[in-house]
Amino acid sequence: MTNLIIWPVLIPLLTGILLLFAPKRVVFQRGLSTVSAAVLLVVNIFIVFTVQQQGIQTLQLGGWQPPFGIVLVTDMLAALLITAAAVVSLPILVFSIYSIGKERERFYFYAFYQFLIAGVMGAFITGDIFNLFVFFEVMLISSYILIVHGGTKKQLRESFKYVLVNVISSAFFVVGVAYLYAVTGTLNMAQLSERIGSLDTGAPILSVIAVLFLIVFGLKGALFPLYFWLPASYAAPPSPIAAIFGALLTKVGIYSIFRTYSMIFTHDTAFTHQLLGILAALTMIIGVIGAVAHQDVKKILVYNVIVAVGFVLFGVSTMTETGYMGAIFYLFHDIIIKGALFLMIGAMITVAGSTHLKEMGGLIKYHPRLGWMFFTAVMALVGVPPLSGFIGKLMLVQGGAEAGQYWIIAVMMASSLLVLYSMIRIFLKGFYGKIKLEKADQYGTTKGLLLPCAFLLTVSVLIGVGAEAVYPLAATAAETLYEPQIYIDAVLKE
Amino acid sequence: MFSVFIFFNGHHEPGGGFIGGLMTSSAVVLLLLAYDLETVKRVLPFDFKIVTAAGLLTAVATGMGSFLFGEPFLSQTYDYFTFPVLGELELATALLFDIGVYLVVIGITLTIIQTIGEDR
Repeated sequence: MTNLIIWPVLIPLLTGILLLFAPKRVVFQRGLSTVSAAVLLVVNIFIVFTVQQQGIQTLQLGGWQPPFGIVLVTDMLAALLITAAAVVSLPILVFSIYSIGKERERFYFYAFYQFLIAGVMGAFITGDIFNLFVFFEVMLISSYILIVHGGTKKQLRESFKYVLVNVISSAFFVVGVAYLYAVTGTLNMAQLSERIGSLDTGAPILSVIAVLFLIVFGLKGALFPLYFWLPASYAAPPSPIAAIFGALLTKVGIYSIFRTYSMIFTHDTAFTHQLLGILAALTMIIGVIGAVAHQDVKKILVYNVIVAVGFVLFGVSTMTETGYMGAIFYLFHDIIIKGALFLMIGAMITVAGSTHLKEMGGLIKYHPRLGWMFFTAVMALVGVPPLSGFIGKLMLVQGGAEAGQYWIIAVMMASSLLVLYSMIRIFLKGFYGKIKLEKADQYGTTKGLLLPCAFLLTVSVLIGVGAEAVYPLAATAAETLYEPQIYIDAVLKE
Repeated sequence: MFSVFIFFNGHHEPGGGFIGGLMTSSAVVLLLLAYDLETVKRVLPFDFKIVTAAGLLTAVATGMGSFLFGEPFLSQTYDYFTFPVLGELELATALLFDIGVYLVVIGITLTIIQTIGEDR
C-alpha cells in the first residue's frame, strides 16, 4: 500500500482528464464526477485511520531518497484537511448539478472542478516547498477559470483583479523559495526545518524570509492588509463555485502558514509569531466590520470567511499545543460550515432572485426547512456549545490564555458576537419579516439544493456532538506540529 | 509542403517533449499563416482539446504503470519493445511520459491559437 497517499491527488486528476474527452455529454460528466468525489471521500477517511494507526505516511515519488526527490507526507493535519476537503467537494458538486446550468456544464465545468480539487489535495499533502508552489498553481489556474466561467460582465471584471493579485503573489512565492534555497540549500520541508534549527538563532535573513512567506500566504489566505481582493472576487461567481472557493481556497493559504510557522520558521518566534498574532487580530476586526456593514448576503458571508482566517491564525501564533489543536479543530469545522452556509445562501438567492437583503423577506413561510437549517448552521458557525464551532473556539481561547494573549482573546470574543449579529440579521430579515415574494413570484425552486446543505450540516453537527471521537485525531495532529522532530524523523528516516 | 516537413521533423527534435511540442505547433502555425483556418482544419482533422486530454492521460498512466510493479508513483522502468521495422528497442517509460508532455503542449498551443483565430 505504498501508494495509498497519492490517491487523493490521482482520483480527481484522472477524473478531470477523462472528463475532457466528452465535454458535451452532460450526464456522463455528472455521473463520473459524483462517483469520483464519493470514492475520494472514502479513500480519505481510510487514510485518516491509517495515519492514526501507523503514524505519518510518506511516499517518495519515483523512489528517490527524501531530501533529493519529492516526498509526499500525510500527517494527521494533512489527512484531516484532505478529508474535510473531500467532505465539502461532494455536496458542492451535487449542488452544482442542480444549479449551475447546462450551458456552463458543457464547457468543462466538472473537469476544472476536479483539477481544482486535485490542486488542493496536492497542496495539503506535499512535503516539498517548491512542489507546494506547483500545486498552488494547479489550484489557482483552475480557480481562475472557474471564477470567470460563464463570462458575465461582473465575473470578467473581478476575475481580472483576482488573477492579477494571484500572479503577483505567486511571483513573490518564487522569490521567497529562491531566498530560502540560497540560505539553506534545500527545498524539502523536513530538511528545511532541521537546517533552520541548526543555524544560528536569530539569523535576520530567516526572519525576512519568514515575513516574505507570510506576505505570500497572507495574500492567498486573505490576512489583514492583504485581504482586499477577496470580497469582490468571491461574490462574483455562481454559488457553488463561491462555495468551493470559500470553503477551500483561503484554507490552503492558512494551512501553508500553519505548516511553515510551526515547522520551519521557529527560530525567532518573539518577532514572527507576535506579528502573526497582531495581524490575526486585525483580520478579525476587519472581517466583522465588513460582515456587519454589508446588506448583500454573499458579501456578509465572504467577510465571515475573513474572520475565520483571523481565528485560525491566532491559534497558530500562540505556539501552544492547545492553541494548535484549537486551530486545527476550527479549521476543520470552518471548511465544512462555510461550505454549508455558502450553499444555503445559494439556495436563498435562487429563490429570491437577488443577493440583497432588502429584497428578501418571509422566506420561512415557503421554505421552513431551509430556514431552520440556516439557523442551525449560524449557531454552529458562532459556536453555541453542542455544535461544532464551540470546541475549536474554546481551545483557541485556552491556548491564547496560556500564551498570555488576553487582548486578542477579547477581540476574538467581541468579533464572535458580531459574527452572530451579522448572520442572524440574514435570518431575521431574509427568513422572517414581511413576505416579499409570494410562492408564484419566486425565481426558482430549492429542488435538490437542500440535500447537499443537509449533508454538510449533519457532518458539522456530528463533529460538534461527537467531539470526543474527533479529539484524539486533532491531538495527534497538534502533537506533530508542536514537535516537528516527529515529522522530520518520519521523512528523513534512513 | 515545407511546413509539413517541419511538422514531421518537430517530433524528432532534441530537447524533450516541451520543445518538441512547441516546434510542431509552430509548424502548424506556419500552415495557419499560409492557408486559412478551414483548410488547416481539413488537413489536420484533430480536435486539439482531445489531444491535450490524451497527452495528460498518457503521462498519468505512465506514472501509474509503476503501481503494477509495487513501486512508488512515477518510478521509471525500462521496457523492451519489438517493432516489426526496427527490431528490439530498449525504451524507458520516461519517453512515454515525454510523449504525454508533447501531446499536451501541441494540444494547448493549437487550442489557444485556433480559439483566438476563430473569434475574429
